[in-house]
Amino acid sequence: FSRSLASLAVLEASAPSYNVISAAAKVGGPLTVLLAGSSAATAADAVSKVEGVSKVIIAANHAYDHGLAENFAPLIVENVKAGDFTHVFAPASAFGKNVLPRAAALLDSQQISDITEVTSEDTFVRPIYAGNVILTVKSSDFIKLITVRTSAFPEPTVGSGKASIESAVDPNAPATAAFVSEDLTVSERPDLGSAKKVVSGGRGLKDKENFDKVMYPLADALGAAVGASRAAVDSGFADNSLQVGQTGKVVAPDLYVAVGISGAIQHLAGMKDSKTIVAINKDADAPIFEVADIGLVADLFEAVPELTEKVKN
Amino acid sequence: MPPRLNIIVPVKRVIDYAIKPRVNSAKNIVETNGVKFSLNPFCEIAVEEAIRLRESKKDLVESITLVSAGSAKAQDALRSGLAMGADKATLIECPGIDDAKSLSLEPLAVAKLLKAYIDKEGANLVILGKQAIDDDSNQTGQMLAGLLNWPQATNASNVAVDDDGIVSVTREVDGGSETLSAPLPIVITTDLRLNVPRYTKLQDIMKAKKKKTDKLTPSDLGVDIAPRLEVVSLSDPPKRLGGSKVDSVDSLISKLKDVGAI
Repeated sequence: FSRSLASLAVLEASAPSYNVISAAAKVGGPLTVLLAGSSAATAADAVSKVEGVSKVIIAANHAYDHGLAENFAPLIVENVKAGDFTHVFAPASAFGKNVLPRAAALLDSQQISDITEVTSEDTFVRPIYAGNVILTVKSSDFIKLITVRTSAFPEPTVGSGKASIESAVDPNAPATAAFVSEDLTVSERPDLGSAKKVVSGGRGLKDKENFDKVMYPLADALGAAVGASRAAVDSGFADNSLQVGQTGKVVAPDLYVAVGISGAIQHLAGMKDSKTIVAINKDADAPIFEVADIGLVADLFEAVPELTEKVKN
Repeated sequence: MPPRLNIIVPVKRVIDYAIKPRVNSAKNIVETNGVKFSLNPFCEIAVEEAIRLRESKKDLVESITLVSAGSAKAQDALRSGLAMGADKATLIECPGIDDAKSLSLEPLAVAKLLKAYIDKEGANLVILGKQAIDDDSNQTGQMLAGLLNWPQATNASNVAVDDDGIVSVTREVDGGSETLSAPLPIVITTDLRLNVPRYTKLQDIMKAKKKKTDKLTPSDLGVDIAPRLEVVSLSDPPKRLGGSKVDSVDSLISKLKDVGAI
């Protein structure tokens, strides 16, 4: 008895993470992308050109615009059944984390969260204990649901080929929770989750005024995104959307500059896969220096403005 | 008519957040011998939120019941929560689960245990941590909500219940925050900034010893907890060769250019 493998990648129509496609492609077998919401048709057009995508199915129903799990999970479940999918992938983003587990429970499957590797169609690698232990698991579930750490997978190439775009099954389940409002940071700077360079500020910056005065000019000089430690966010120096860490954003840029960050286990979990790590901190014993490729023990209030100025010129 | 909340707070005992867990030399389990365990930080926040709801309005909260699934040692997590102010607790003692085998009790199994428990006991509000800091799965609350067919609000940074029993939850999302509202019953998972849990005083810990703790097994609840995932291997993460230092901004810039970072 041999099953036909078929993957369904569930992406957020307003901001599709293409790297999920790279992960899903490793299973082998045809790859379908599911998009839902008012922007599904527009997103489908772009997604259909990504290499590896066989088909895009869309539920162009505004009820899905906010990724409410109560109706999104049934949408996933009905399409998994209708398409005989063996694997379902979603990004390990706020959206994916919210909807996929609910779908997994409805399909009686033990979801595998935040994978960094696809070893085979039933074996996956994922970090546990804040990335201090790397776990390889083999799933015996008939349908496997998986969220993907997008920073661990490459961007797929966008080709000229065009996958077919069809309608998804839409069960239109009732949305028992209502979206009321949102408060999102709008920035012209690179997106933290995918930027190639990140500068991150911590408690050492002492207050919001300093954080703004010191970090943003550095970010602009380097063309970097801005991140923050939990301590900085808790103290109000930066918005929660900037938090890098075990339970915040996990990033793996080419360059990560940690300013005034001590390097708690939970922070390291969010950035220790960065290619080059720089740390600027006046405490020579700060744990961050253990992972930093280049460490500078100095007063950040002098060192960072100097760095900013010199990089600009 | 103002609602009365029957709150269930599932909690988990995990390796303390300040400890850096290591794989044992045989590379088949995470070392737990002599290691400090604590109430999962997000679970602590959940217990705190239940108590704050009680303190926010007279008669709003009818009861706060803790529940934990695991080995007999899960009792420790329940005691911590009772000391904080929960009313009673239930331990779902799972055969074959101990510190070395904690990964074998999976989120789907826990969600099924909780669903069976809630069907039995009744509740209209479940507050639990968004993730356990050991397996970092971030699934149990969402799975439970799916099995119960209740609305869910994850990563809560603020919770409010109005007099009509409508719950408003502000959630932390990737781009900032959003607010959802839903009628009871609802499952809420907690995020870091929802509250700062209270310290417990010795007298609270003593008082907690008198609070009721029940025991159940998966078989009492009719749930099969057999794992779906097999641990193939556990390994250390790739080692970073950190430690290299420069003594000036100029050297820093020079090094960055050398590695092609700028």
